[in-house]
Amino acid sequence: MRRYVLSRAAAAVFIIAVVMVVNFLLTHVVPGNPVDALVGEFPAPPEYVEKVKRDFGLDRPLLVQLWLYAAALAQGNLGFSFANREAVLPLILRHAGNTLLLMIPALSAAAIGGILLGSAAARRAGGLYDAALTAVTLAGYATPVFWLAQVLIVIFAVTLHWLPAQGMLSIDQGSGTLASVVKDYLRHLVLPGFAIAISYMAVVARVCRASLLEAMRQDFVLLALSKGLWPARVFWRHVLPNALIPVITVIGYNFGFALTGAILTETVFGWPGLGYLFITSIAKRDYPVLEGIFLLASVAVVLANLLTDLAYAAVDPRVRRSLLGAAA
Amino acid sequence: MRVLWALVRGPVGVASTAFVAVVAALAMAAPWVSRTDPNQITNDVLLAPLTQAVLGTDELGRDVLVGLLYGLRVSLLVGLLAAAFATLVGIAIGALAGYFGGWIDTALMRITEVFQVMPSFILAAVIVALLGPGLTRVVMVIAILSWPEAARVMRGEVLRVKQLEYVDAVRCLGIGELSVMIREVIPNALGPVLAVGTLIIGRAILLEASLSFFGLSSPDSVSWGRMANSGQQFLFAAWWLSVFPGIAIFVTVLMFNLFGDTVGRALNPRYARS
Repeated sequence: MRRYVLSRAAAAVFIIAVVMVVNFLLTHVVPGNPVDALVGEFPAPPEYVEKVKRDFGLDRPLLVQLWLYAAALAQGNLGFSFANREAVLPLILRHAGNTLLLMIPALSAAAIGGILLGSAAARRAGGLYDAALTAVTLAGYATPVFWLAQVLIVIFAVTLHWLPAQGMLSIDQGSGTLASVVKDYLRHLVLPGFAIAISYMAVVARVCRASLLEAMRQDFVLLALSKGLWPARVFWRHVLPNALIPVITVIGYNFGFALTGAILTETVFGWPGLGYLFITSIAKRDYPVLEGIFLLASVAVVLANLLTDLAYAAVDPRVRRSLLGAAA
Repeated sequence: MRVLWALVRGPVGVASTAFVAVVAALAMAAPWVSRTDPNQITNDVLLAPLTQAVLGTDELGRDVLVGLLYGLRVSLLVGLLAAAFATLVGIAIGALAGYFGGWIDTALMRITEVFQVMPSFILAAVIVALLGPGLTRVVMVIAILSWPEAARVMRGEVLRVKQLEYVDAVRCLGIGELSVMIREVIPNALGPVLAVGTLIIGRAILLEASLSFFGLSSPDSVSWGRMANSGQQFLFAAWWLSVFPGIAIFVTVLMFNLFGDTVGRALNPRYARS
C-alpha cells in the first residue's frame, strides 16, 4: 500500500516536472525573442527587461536558464503581468477562486446527479431510460460547450428573462446583505453551472450504470439475497459500495475536461474567473499569464488524478485495512 | 470489401457513413455549390433566417449559410489532417513500445501518460497564442495533443499480435527484428488504431472550433468557432449568428463519432464474423 501511494506520488512529481520543462521550452519557441514571452508584448520599462534578461540568464546556456526558471518557480515567481500591473501568481489565484466558485457546485451536482441517474438506469436496464442516457452522453461528447452556453443565454436570459446572462454578481450588490449576495450569486451560477455539469453528469451516470450492472451480477449479491436480506439493503450495503470505485475514477480523471469546459463557459458568461483572464490575456498578448495558467491548470489536474488514486485506494476495504495496519 | 459492407450495416452505420460522404463532397465542391464569396460584405446586414438568406446574415451582411459551407472545408481539413498525423505518431510509438518492451516501453509510455494528463485545450491555446495563428500550426498542435490514445491502443494490439505463432515462424527465417515489426506485426495490428484514428477526427474538429472561438484561428479563413464567437456580441439581437455555427459543429462531430464507432465495429473481426 505504501508502495502504491509512493509510486503514484512519484508519477505526479514526474509529470509536473515535465510540464515545467514544456512551459520553459514554450518561452523559447516564440518567434523573435524569449524576452517577449517572459514580458509579453506590452511596453515594459527597459530596466525591467534588463532585469528579466539578467534574472533568467538569457545569455547563458539553456540548462542554466532552465535551472534559474525552476528556482524562480520554486519561489512562487511566475513573472509579472504588465497588462494588469500585478505579479502573475496572485492574479491567477484570485481568478482561480472565482473559477472554483463555479466549478465546485457544478461538479458536486453533476457527481451526485450522475450517481442517482445511473442507479435509476441500472435498475431499469434496457429501457427508455437507458436509451435517453446514451443519447445525452453521445450528445455531450459532440457539443461545443461555448455553444451550449450561448444557447442557454438565448433561451433563459434573452427570451424568458428568468436568469441573468452575464457576470457572477449584479453590479448593485455593494450594500446588499450576505443572504442577498448569496442569492444573487446562485442566480448567476445556474446557467454556466448547467453548461459545465450536463455532459460530466452524463459520463458519470453511464459509468455508474455499467459498474452497478456488473456488481449486481456478482456471487455475493446472490448470496445476500438468498440469505433473505431486503433487496434495498443489498443494493445500498453491498452493490453500491462495490460499484463506486470506477465512478470515483471517472469523476476524478475528468477534472481536466471539466476545467477546460469551465474556461470556455466563463468567456461566454463573462464570469470573472480563469477563462476570462485567459481570453483577455490572449487578446493582450500577455504571455506570462497564459503560461502561468497552463502550469497551474496542469498542477491542478495532476493533483486531482493523485487524489483520485488515493480515494480509489481508500474505498477498497482490502487496501484500507492494510493502510490502517501500516499506520498502527 | 467485407469491411465496406460491415460499414453500412444498421441505421447508425448507414446514416453516419452517408453523412461523411456528403460533407466530404460538399467541402470539395464548395466553390461550385455557392458562387458567393463567404467574406462578401453587403448592405443586407443582420437579416433574420428564412428571409432573403436562408440562415440569415451577419453584421457585415455576410451570408451565414455560405459561411457554414466554407467553414466546413476548414473543419474537415483540420480534423482529417490532425487525426492522420496523430494516428501515424501513435502507430510508431505504440508499435515500438509494444514490440520491444523493456525500458523502451517504460520510457515511451511515461511520455504518453504526460501527454494524456496535460490539459490539452489550454496547452494548444497557449502554443497557438505564442506562435501566432495559422492553419498548419493548428493542425500540428492538435496532432501533437491527440496521439496518446492511438499509441496506447496500438501498443496493446502489438502486444497481442507479436505473440502469435506466425511471428515466431517469420523470425525463424532469420529476418531482423525491425523488419519483422514493420512487415509482419504492424500491418496485422492496424485495425483498432484506425478506429481510434476515426474517433480523433471528431475531437480534432471540436478542438479547432474551441481554438477559433478564442480567436486563435487564421484571420483570413472562415471557421465555425470564429463565427460563433463573433455572434457572441449579438446574442440579444441576432441569435442565429451563434446558434447555426454551433449546430454545424455539433452535428458534424456527432456524425464523425458515430462513424468512428461504425468503423471500429467493421474492423473488429469478432464483430464482423458474428
